[in-house]
Amino acid sequence: MAHATQAARRALVWLTVILVAGGGLLAFGVVTDRTGAAPELALDLAGGRQIILSPVTTDGSEVDEADLQQAVEVIRRRVDASGVAEAEITTQGQNIVVALPGTPDDATRALIQQSAQLQFRPVIEVALGSSVSTPASDATADSGTDAETSATPTPSPSASETSFDRFSASEESSTTPSPSPSASVETTTVETTDAVTDTDGPSSYSWATEELTAEFAALDCTVAESFTGGDTGDPDTGFVACGIDGYKYLMGPVELDGAGIETANFSQESTSTGGFTGRYQVNLFFTNDGGDQFYETTSRLATLASPRDQFAIVLDGVVISAPSVEQGIAGGEARITGTYTAESAESLANQIKFGALPLSLEVQSDNQVSATLGADQLRAGLIAGGIGLILVVIYSLFQYRALSLLTVGSLVIAGTLTYLSIALLSWGLDYRLSLAGVTGLIVAIGITADSFIVYFERVRDELREGRSLPAAVDHAWKRARRTILASDAVSLLAAITLYTLAVGGVRGFAFTLGLTTVIDVLVVFLFTHPMLVLLSKTKFFAEGHKFSGLDPKTLGVGARYKGRGRVVTQGEAMTLAERKAAARAAEREQQDAELSAKEDA
Amino acid sequence: MAGLSSWGNALHSGEKSYPIVQRRALWFTISGVLMVLSIALLLIRGLTFGIDFTGGSQWVVTGSEVTDTQPALDVATEVLGDAEARATELGLTDGTAIRLQVGDTTQEQQGEISDGLASAYGVTDSDISFDLIGPTWGQEVGAAALQGLVIFLILVTIVMSLYFRAWRMAVAGLAALAHDLLFTVGIYALVGFEVTPASVIGFLTVLGYSLYDTVVVFDKVRENTENVTSQKTFTYAEQANLAVNQTLVRSINTSVVALLPVSAILFIGSFVLGAGTLRDISLALFVGMAVGTYSSIFVATPLEVALRGSEPRIKEHTAMVLAAREAGESHVTVREDGTVQVGALAPGIHKGVAAQPRRKRRGH
Repeated sequence: MAHATQAARRALVWLTVILVAGGGLLAFGVVTDRTGAAPELALDLAGGRQIILSPVTTDGSEVDEADLQQAVEVIRRRVDASGVAEAEITTQGQNIVVALPGTPDDATRALIQQSAQLQFRPVIEVALGSSVSTPASDATADSGTDAETSATPTPSPSASETSFDRFSASEESSTTPSPSPSASVETTTVETTDAVTDTDGPSSYSWATEELTAEFAALDCTVAESFTGGDTGDPDTGFVACGIDGYKYLMGPVELDGAGIETANFSQESTSTGGFTGRYQVNLFFTNDGGDQFYETTSRLATLASPRDQFAIVLDGVVISAPSVEQGIAGGEARITGTYTAESAESLANQIKFGALPLSLEVQSDNQVSATLGADQLRAGLIAGGIGLILVVIYSLFQYRALSLLTVGSLVIAGTLTYLSIALLSWGLDYRLSLAGVTGLIVAIGITADSFIVYFERVRDELREGRSLPAAVDHAWKRARRTILASDAVSLLAAITLYTLAVGGVRGFAFTLGLTTVIDVLVVFLFTHPMLVLLSKTKFFAEGHKFSGLDPKTLGVGARYKGRGRVVTQGEAMTLAERKAAARAAEREQQDAELSAKEDA
Repeated sequence: MAGLSSWGNALHSGEKSYPIVQRRALWFTISGVLMVLSIALLLIRGLTFGIDFTGGSQWVVTGSEVTDTQPALDVATEVLGDAEARATELGLTDGTAIRLQVGDTTQEQQGEISDGLASAYGVTDSDISFDLIGPTWGQEVGAAALQGLVIFLILVTIVMSLYFRAWRMAVAGLAALAHDLLFTVGIYALVGFEVTPASVIGFLTVLGYSLYDTVVVFDKVRENTENVTSQKTFTYAEQANLAVNQTLVRSINTSVVALLPVSAILFIGSFVLGAGTLRDISLALFVGMAVGTYSSIFVATPLEVALRGSEPRIKEHTAMVLAAREAGESHVTVREDGTVQVGALAPGIHKGVAAQPRRKRRGH
């Protein structure tokens, strides 16, 4: 018994440690202004707009995880640039969930829904990304020696790896076997066509109209708004855009778009002898038409001077790469080499692959909750929860008398733990409490209270079987523990399954249900049981005071065998052994009587 | 409440006992009829699905002085022409709100309706909530829920089979589960409440609760029948019935405690607020939890006993017990109505020297 008491004290210490640690962490967060004391609310309670989009491809091709992430990236960039604060963009299965606080207008929705386009445009001018760095170059200067080139001969940024990017023919790559889109893969030598300046086609300076040049000069790539995307320009005219490398680009018309690209991937860069350089490259695979067009374009670009030998890859109105071309590339494959790491190469390959998908985003649901309605739903949920809690307390008071204080105490501890977990999760993992989540919490009151009921009823059963209170508690715990764990395991299983598989509000519900199930186990093990062990040592409970809820008399137990020699008022019903004993005694008496009768005779 | 605990004592000792397992034919008939009715209701009346499943648009206007639904309908007619539109008044904890539901709309129409409602009710954009659901979204949500359900059932079967080391218990538990879900859905068809994602959450919780409750009862059944074949006094069915009776007080307490908060939500949701997430979820919970408690006692355990009854080992044992009883070899208390009293074995009493062998008499 001393052992049990010790274990009980230890459990309570642990509980205190958990509570203090959780509370301390939260207090620290609140004091240092890192988080609020109240958990963050989801849109249905706080008000806001939630748009669920699912990506649909027009040609039936698969949308994989990487594409989905790209779509999220694109949307995040657009939303961030549009100035909406605290937007949350997440994926659920194959869907993209965009949650915007407040009441964003329909333009925001249009911005989100717009599909991202991939374009290949020839570079005409490159400059540092700030609006004041370069003077507008002479738009009519169409010779190779323009004023701009002298100012910044090549965009040679110190850090940016993309500046080293160059396209090269795919035949050199041993790691990517050609899907042979065209008849044969042959090494094409650079066709030294005469660089007749006026026939530069899409690379011609004539695309840089006065208007465009002015726009180019004014463009400031150091501010987020310049990356709003969405605006991909008229494909048949020139275009200015910022690059993710911090430079701004003035480009000719679109020569190739996403439809011309089959796919893209990345691999280790290898030398012509087959050795690895330790760097990575991005491999592009074109469709038949795309490959032809690409050959034509690269052949022209190869003859031009920097920066017009560069090819800007524009995704959603942002230049994601602008490699230079050394020779015309035939064969429907190309690779971009530079100082790529595995991560940066993968990122670029994913962006190009995503851009190549004929993807559109279909609005599955668009939900705007006004702040008034949200607040009202929260209030209704809290009122319902409060009433429910009070009813449970009253009922258990009737049922378990003083013991119900332990029930209420346990519920309070469970409530505190739940609050701490949700507040901390809201801080650490950006968890948002939704109405479905609140409902889960209310339902959990009943399920948590049930653990105590199972336990207390067990204790009563053991008392009925004639055990003393400490022994009954000890015995009942061993059995109730198993039941509580088994049933909580089923609950947790339900919660996890729902959370993993379901979409939308169901997840919020499953989350709180799972959380409270875990907390239920914690509370029963670290509070209810240890407290009952300690209480069972007190006079009030051990002697079965009639308000203790564990009064053996109300439980129908007459005095029982209590220990050596201290016996026993018998219950009305005879036990099996008693009955047998009585029968035997009667028999024996009869025999005895017969015997003595004989003896007498 | 001493009444409930002394009733509990009588149930525990077997002094009082309800022939729940023995009367299983009756419960199966009742449940069977209810199931057939539920299915019939589902087939005839069907379920009313909310716009989350059918697709469509919905607006809720809050904070308006006007509480008439007519302006909303006028706006809908103006923008959409003859298309079907429904407007209802919703209660809030503070004032009322107007809800307008229409079918599919284009983005321009949505904007026009929003603006129309704002001017008709004299509120600003920020007082208007809306919900636009694409036609395929509902199917997707439904399919996801269904997939979750199937995987959950498979997992539960495995866990229960492992835990109880008896697949029959898993089968009986699942049957009770199907019973509860079908009945709850049947009530929805009967009452005509809309099935929304919130009610689906409710259905799924019912499923969790039903199993939870069944596990608690089965745990007692297992405990009582653990060594059933090593004694000859009681049959498997009798011990299982004792288990049900012994957990009866627990079952009642549990369901009351679980139902109290739910009925609070249902009350607030239905009478104070009107249609909404709270009402949708709580009706499913209320019906499902009540039925879940019933089925753990009256469906799951009797079914489990019926299944076990066909097991040769149990069959043999039952025959043996009954034969022994017939021959008068077993010491059982028979009640006035002829049933056998099955109770928790009370501990023996210390008889002191009376337990010692009797000294033989000398001197004859």
